Amino acid sequence: MNDSKASVATLEPQIDRWRDYLRRRQTVHAVDVVELEDHLREIIANLIDGGLAPDEAFLVAVKRLGAIDALSREFAREHSERLWKQLIALPGSTIPQRLRHEPLVALGLAVAAGVLIKVPALFGLDLDADGGFYARNAALFILPLLTAYFAWKRDLSLKALRLPLAMFLGAALAANLPSFVPGGTTEPLVALHLPVALWLAVGIAYAGTRWREVAGRMDFVRFSGELFIYFVLIALGGGVLLGTSAGIFTSIGVDIEPFMEQWAPSLVLGAIMVAAWLVEAKQSVIENMAPVLTTLFTPLFTIALLLFLGTAAWTGRGIAIERDMLLLFDLLLLLVVALLLYTFSARDPQRRIGLFDRAQLALILAALAVDALALSAMTLRISGMGITPNRVVALGLNAILLVNLAGAAVLQVRFLSGGAPFARLERWQTDFLPVYGGWAAFVAVGLPALFSYR
Amino acid sequence: MQGIVPLGINPKTAMDLSKDLVAASSTPLVLSILAEGDSYGYAILRRVRELSGGEIEWTDGMLYPVLHRLERFGHIEARWEVAETGRQRKYYRLTKEGRDHLAVERRQWQAVDAALRGIWQLQPAPGFA
Repeated sequence: MNDSKASVATLEPQIDRWRDYLRRRQTVHAVDVVELEDHLREIIANLIDGGLAPDEAFLVAVKRLGAIDALSREFAREHSERLWKQLIALPGSTIPQRLRHEPLVALGLAVAAGVLIKVPALFGLDLDADGGFYARNAALFILPLLTAYFAWKRDLSLKALRLPLAMFLGAALAANLPSFVPGGTTEPLVALHLPVALWLAVGIAYAGTRWREVAGRMDFVRFSGELFIYFVLIALGGGVLLGTSAGIFTSIGVDIEPFMEQWAPSLVLGAIMVAAWLVEAKQSVIENMAPVLTTLFTPLFTIALLLFLGTAAWTGRGIAIERDMLLLFDLLLLLVVALLLYTFSARDPQRRIGLFDRAQLALILAALAVDALALSAMTLRISGMGITPNRVVALGLNAILLVNLAGAAVLQVRFLSGGAPFARLERWQTDFLPVYGGWAAFVAVGLPALFSYR
Repeated sequence: MQGIVPLGINPKTAMDLSKDLVAASSTPLVLSILAEGDSYGYAILRRVRELSGGEIEWTDGMLYPVLHRLERFGHIEARWEVAETGRQRKYYRLTKEGRDHLAVERRQWQAVDAALRGIWQLQPAPGFA
């Protein structure tokens, strides 16, 4: 009796060690450890009842539960959002030989992007005089290289790259074959929408074989957000560096500004490439940014919109219709959708429904109400204003975002009442990614033709 | 689902089901067991062993990612309770959606089962030939 008590006493430290070891795996969260520990103790208790010594029982139980490496790998497969936080892919999986050259490849592609945008100048296309050409083609100087980076990194087959390549080819033709009327409205629309459509091609390469999965698309959404944050940080730093450099060179009577202006586009494209590599290499460093920003701004946006609705109702003032008003409301809906998307991308699917999920519903409903107010005010006038490319774009985008938010509101209500799993909400948003790309492609390719490139 | 013994090996030793087969069969098995009543990880595994007469052996820990996936799809719901041991224990319950999904899976597996039975009736099992 005394003897078995003594060995039971040695059991606890062993379980403690096992628990500590498991806790270090980022893909296995604390609640999972509690669940697994209960399981481990059940097995041990049963084996001890069967006559095994506690020490032996512990060893058998640990073995039955599975090797911790394999276990954390299985957890990672199910909880890919946790994997995102892991700096190095997975313990046990070795980095392939060719990926050791990743910094060099990324840097090489960054330099290539910087040089690529200088090539048209050799054919007499000037950045100032032929601004339209550069604006329409801006995305084509960097996004194919970004796609190449992911194709190399993910070791994609040519077959998987067919769609992105076709998209780039189509974009190059659509941007350069027609002769756009200088100063027309369709040319800026192409410049604005082609990058959006082609960003989808990057996404297809980024997600590789996982593009059809919700998790794959969500990873791309995370990547896009982090890339943006990194790029802004690099741009700020770069701006300070260039500014101070210009200052100190002026002090010795040398003006380097013309030189800097000449190379600024190259630096911007190179910075995008470097930012993409940094996001890939250091995923965990900024991974807390998106949750922090969305938690901060979801309530603030909700309050601002509710205040606006309240004030509008109180004063009884209708929305004054001006030319750019519709675009302003598009921007509002776009921000709300982005807030939703990034909140979802950072939400732990197993977290209980909380106040924040309710606040999200309030945000969606407020945005829908504000947009309805604006649209009703506008429909009175829009029939008399005639159809222009800009109005088609603004109305189309508004329609897409309205459908998205209306669906999101219905799903959010069902989610809050326990009628829909979180996965449905995620799927609704990720299913929209190709819709945005498709619409952008239409605006960049189809719409200009309809309006004879004016 | 019981009764399909696709290989004529000694049925006394647990066979190594292929990874794909384990992955595919885990959903209907877990959902069916939860259809009998709420349960928790360890008890679910015990029931799997019981039902298969020890033929199906999962690595215990691998059950949990499966449970979490089913929870994410809304097929099952989890709640924490204090077990008779005094420890926190996570219990799982089949939802209405899970019940519907199980009905679909059941029809699919029965179709596969019927097809295999049909052809194997015509063929002697290689191990016993």
